[in-house]
Amino acid sequence: MAFSAFTPTEQKADASIQKRSPVALLLLLPGVIFLVLFFVTPLLSLLLTSLQEPVPGGFFGEYRQALRWENYVFVLETYGTQTLRSFGYAALASLFALLIGFPLAYFIGITLRRFPLLQALCLVLVIAPFFISFLLRTLAWKQIFAIEGPVAGFFSMIGILGPGQSITGTAFSVVFGLTYNFIPFMTLPIYATLERLDLRLVEAGGDLYASPATTFRTVTLPLAAPGVISGTLLTFIPASGDYINASRDFLGSTETAMIGTVIEANFLVLQNYPAAAALSIVLMAVILVLVGIYVKRSGTEDLL
Amino acid sequence: MTNSAVSRGDFAEAGADLELVGISKRFPGFTAIDDLDLTIPAGSFFALLGPSGCGKTTTLRLIAGLEEPTAGRILIGGKDVTRTKAFQRPVNTVFQSYALFPHMTILENVAFGLKRRGVKDATRLAHEALQLVELDHVSARRPSQLSGGQQQRVALARAVVNRPALLLLDEPLGALDLKLRRQMQIELKDIQSEVGLTFLHVTHDQEEAMTMADTVAVMNKGQIEQMGAPQELYELPRTAFVATFLGQSNLFTGQVVSSNADSITVDSAGARITVPKPRAERQSGLVTVGVRPEKVSLTSTKPAEAAGVNVVGPGRISDVSFSGVSTQYEVTIAGHGPISVFEQNTSISRMHHDGDEVWLTWSVEHSFGLADEGDVEHDAPRFVDDTPTTSIATRKRAQLKAELEEG
Repeated sequence: MAFSAFTPTEQKADASIQKRSPVALLLLLPGVIFLVLFFVTPLLSLLLTSLQEPVPGGFFGEYRQALRWENYVFVLETYGTQTLRSFGYAALASLFALLIGFPLAYFIGITLRRFPLLQALCLVLVIAPFFISFLLRTLAWKQIFAIEGPVAGFFSMIGILGPGQSITGTAFSVVFGLTYNFIPFMTLPIYATLERLDLRLVEAGGDLYASPATTFRTVTLPLAAPGVISGTLLTFIPASGDYINASRDFLGSTETAMIGTVIEANFLVLQNYPAAAALSIVLMAVILVLVGIYVKRSGTEDLL
Repeated sequence: MTNSAVSRGDFAEAGADLELVGISKRFPGFTAIDDLDLTIPAGSFFALLGPSGCGKTTTLRLIAGLEEPTAGRILIGGKDVTRTKAFQRPVNTVFQSYALFPHMTILENVAFGLKRRGVKDATRLAHEALQLVELDHVSARRPSQLSGGQQQRVALARAVVNRPALLLLDEPLGALDLKLRRQMQIELKDIQSEVGLTFLHVTHDQEEAMTMADTVAVMNKGQIEQMGAPQELYELPRTAFVATFLGQSNLFTGQVVSSNADSITVDSAGARITVPKPRAERQSGLVTVGVRPEKVSLTSTKPAEAAGVNVVGPGRISDVSFSGVSTQYEVTIAGHGPISVFEQNTSISRMHHDGDEVWLTWSVEHSFGLADEGDVEHDAPRFVDDTPTTSIATRKRAQLKAELEEG
């Protein structure tokens, strides 16, 4: 999908094959059934939950089906800050992940191209964090950033941190955690496009009077765009809904709560299911709109 | 780009001289080019011809600035550009792979170089260049939507539009079918005479080199074996490599047995072959002499010895292949390898058949003597070809193609 963004002719050929073959439709059936069962059904259930109202005189956490649109007004009024914060943090984390992931992908995909063994080794290193649980890794960072930890000690010594101030629970630690956790998701798609980049095109750029910087801007970067777009989507979407990094138990505090943390609290602690469901729908809608605008502006409608 | 050879906004007035002085290029493990000196005068169409792996593409990349020479200097228009980067040189390349930018339209591709140099009406000039290659109507398309031949023409337009002092062509016709090649060859030649640039064309296709270039340099193992006008190279090859790479040759090795003011005579396994002295590189000792297959005639009766004619035979025809315009015979003579003879099919009655006894005759002035050290072993008088197998394969392919075209 993402990788065929620049090959319109191939897509046309694919379309003509699909038209002629009823077998293709038959093969699609398991996928369609899966989607209906595990995507459409929960989505409808979520939509219905978001419109429920409390049973009058009922128990705590008892709701009945209604058409209570006010739930949406309620969550937007109550959790507007957290919602905005989520997208702000996710955007920052995607940006930092891109700034770190692109040079990394360039190094592995282009600089190391002549050394396949080193290339494979570096790829393994990029993926290596996945061998340890996401929770454990984030907890480890909590330890590293803790008040008695080495990082906080160093920061206090050079005077960035005042006495008693901690790194955890700040916007910095949450964005740091998000960036750290999503770097592989940014690096791998960019690597996939750069690894197949025809270096003869870069040579052609040089031959046509473009300096290395201009060649990078006009040739390498546009050709890596499908990877950059896939990478930012793979980072931004899950990061906006992330509820681990921003949680008080990990790198966040109540001041850094994100929409995911709020949804989690509403579902599991406050048992306000309609509010949690309404927030989830809001999250999904905002992501759809943002991603739509992003992809449209990147000029690769073929992605959608 | 302050002190570069490429100034912003203006074009080269005309082609520029290219001079390579003592160029060597060594890669880890092998030497691609060994102490190469080459001067290409401004405005000429120069072809560098050789088998794959002979160093011709490396030479081109060195001139384009895509590789750095291990030793030596490169001068364009008298200016030393050895230490400058590719983007600073007044040189454009038509790449073998075309290397068109897939994310840009055809027009954007052609205007790319102009825009980098800050030329004002880049779009208009790009349209003009596309008109020159008759592709202006596809200017809004992407390269992937064009055929190979069209892409090749776009690559050419993209290079020519910059009016470089020197245009490098890296086997640009390699991927085209015969008819398109012909068309492109003519177009290239037209463009060259129209815009007056210096063209350096690198190819392994001897026919392409001969039909297009004013001067052909045959390259082998990182060195230039011989350089000259195509006809000159064909009629008087200096080395066995040139004799066999550029067309076909029948070669004979033997001692010089007699010599007078005008000619030398060589005895090769009983066959006495006379070569005019001006056409013989070596005039004593063990030498290799040859003759082109189409210069040889076959006779079924022993011809009378005559001055000015070489007679070899008798031999037997071991293979006949008829190709319409001409017939290629292979003649086996004791002490020699198979000798090929091309005869024009001007009369049916002159057809020879497999197994016929024949004599070979050719005019003395068609013989040539080579500069190679002759083979010292007497039981192998024929010159042993030591060219790499790839070159032989390439040559065979070129021959087949030439034959295809004739038929």
